[in-house]
Amino acid sequence: MYMKYKYLEHTADIKFQAFGKSLEEAFSNSAYAMINIICEREVKSKIKKKIKISGIDSNAILYKFLEEIIFLLNTENFLLSKVSGITIKGNELKAELSGDDLNNYELELDVKAVTYNEMFIKKEKGEFTIQVVLDI
Amino acid sequence: MTEIKKIKENVWEILKEGNMLVPGRIFASDKLMENIKNDKTLEQVKNVSCLSGIKSHSFAMPDSHQGYGFSIGGVAAFDLNKGIISPGGVGYDINCGVRVLTSNIKIDDFLKKRTEILERLYINIPSGVGKGAKIRIDKKELREICENGVDWCIENGYATEEDKERTEEYGHMKGADFNSVSDRATKRGMPQLGSLGAGNHFLEVQKVEEIFDEKIAESFGVDKDNILIMLHCGSRGFGHQIASDYIQSMEEKYGFENLPDRELICAPFKSELGQNYYKAMCCAVNYAFCNRQMITHWIRETFKEFFPDSELRMIYDVAHNIAKIEEHKINNKTEEVCIHRKGATRSFGPGRKEIPDVYRKIGQPVLIPGSMGTFSYILVGTSKAEEISFGSTAHGAGRVMSRHGALREFKGEEIKKQLEKQDIKIKAGGWKSIAEEAPGVYKDINEVVKVSHELGIGNLVVKLKPLAVMKG
Repeated sequence: MYMKYKYLEHTADIKFQAFGKSLEEAFSNSAYAMINIICEREVKSKIKKKIKISGIDSNAILYKFLEEIIFLLNTENFLLSKVSGITIKGNELKAELSGDDLNNYELELDVKAVTYNEMFIKKEKGEFTIQVVLDI
Repeated sequence: MTEIKKIKENVWEILKEGNMLVPGRIFASDKLMENIKNDKTLEQVKNVSCLSGIKSHSFAMPDSHQGYGFSIGGVAAFDLNKGIISPGGVGYDINCGVRVLTSNIKIDDFLKKRTEILERLYINIPSGVGKGAKIRIDKKELREICENGVDWCIENGYATEEDKERTEEYGHMKGADFNSVSDRATKRGMPQLGSLGAGNHFLEVQKVEEIFDEKIAESFGVDKDNILIMLHCGSRGFGHQIASDYIQSMEEKYGFENLPDRELICAPFKSELGQNYYKAMCCAVNYAFCNRQMITHWIRETFKEFFPDSELRMIYDVAHNIAKIEEHKINNKTEEVCIHRKGATRSFGPGRKEIPDVYRKIGQPVLIPGSMGTFSYILVGTSKAEEISFGSTAHGAGRVMSRHGALREFKGEEIKKQLEKQDIKIKAGGWKSIAEEAPGVYKDINEVVKVSHELGIGNLVVKLKPLAVMKG
């Protein structure tokens, strides 16, 4: 199995890179990289949510996608377990999120916000790499 | 590599070149500069100096470190007509700030009941990740909180007139308009009012370690025999969402192609979008004042359980992530500017109308929290700060080590033991949150305040040592 994501050094916040054979897979892995900071334990897939996001470019879609996950966490106590059926076409992303009520878990760290700082989405030799810095 | 020149002790300059509209200026000792040079702080100071309407210099305070867009510890003033306003220049945690309360509780009396009090504080004050508040407010109440600030707290029994008097902006930022706040921010704001949050936010019971200026310490109500309480938190998810919403709308409207960093996105201050951000930001500022005020109320209630005659009085409440309109003297001319302080504290000297009567002859209290388990400081604002740093100084210690690095380097259990050896009790949400905020990941706060004092942009009054710490 190859690496889904890794964390990098950043003085004040959390920086990670997520990988994928498709843009969609890299997006899903970036969601897992973020959620793993909030909760390291395995989360059950009890609740399902459909999301639709549009943005002015890929970076904006990525920003809004991750922000949606924090938003659901803060407003509906929804802790992400799995991203499925994700499609990114043009400036629109659609996906189905499954997860559980956060009150069933011990959360470890709060993610305040997604940032554009040092963000990139790169394609090299058929592999996608995403880099994101989160404000903690 | 950004070139810097030391122009005198504790003062460094980035000379104007390329697209820079003004030079950069960093206040740091040689020792602090070693850390500052190691990350992207200098590049970020330079980037800010390229933004329209910037006045005088792009500043960085002694505790500055790499942020996103603007550096943490960044101070910049912009022309009201030709300048910009930037959500990244305020930060995601709008009106993250600090307050300190004095008490009539003797240190020994507190120490006898320390563990029980800490347990009770932990129960009475919601904290930690994913933990909302213990009260529920509706949208109508959120609007009132946003538009009226601490006045809402007074009406609802959470604040006294004195609390309001002793809060920056008198606890009520004018210009707040709830119509500029999105539904998403509203949804995040409602469940979180009256909660500490996580990360570097904390509540500490402290004692006086050293007094540098007896007379001013007395005027601030500090008594070396009694405990003090320090609270550090902000506007929670409400402020974060407002920042995020406006970063997105600004880039959709103005594009980011000409910016060296996408996080520097901004709008002309006088534009519709610039004004809407300002109105929404003021809402988050008021929300954060109320958040700290409600927690203050529960702190008072908790201490009453143990000491029925206890009286906890505010010294002051300061904001260290904020944009506001202030009068400053630039090239011998007084003008109004939109000042951004991101991880910097206002440090006004005697005479400013913004300071409450009780401190107007002395200068405002400047509250500088240390990291968990290190000293904190109270400084006094100065006229010198108004001359050389747009009335600003540092806001804390500033990180030097990543959270990731901290987790590798430290174990929460060991940190707790080490702190107990120094007679500091800690109660936190988890071991991980202790390790990440270990004292070793921060710059030396003693060095930060020393530079502030030597430069005269915030003078030393009192040094405080923690006795008990509560963290999210």
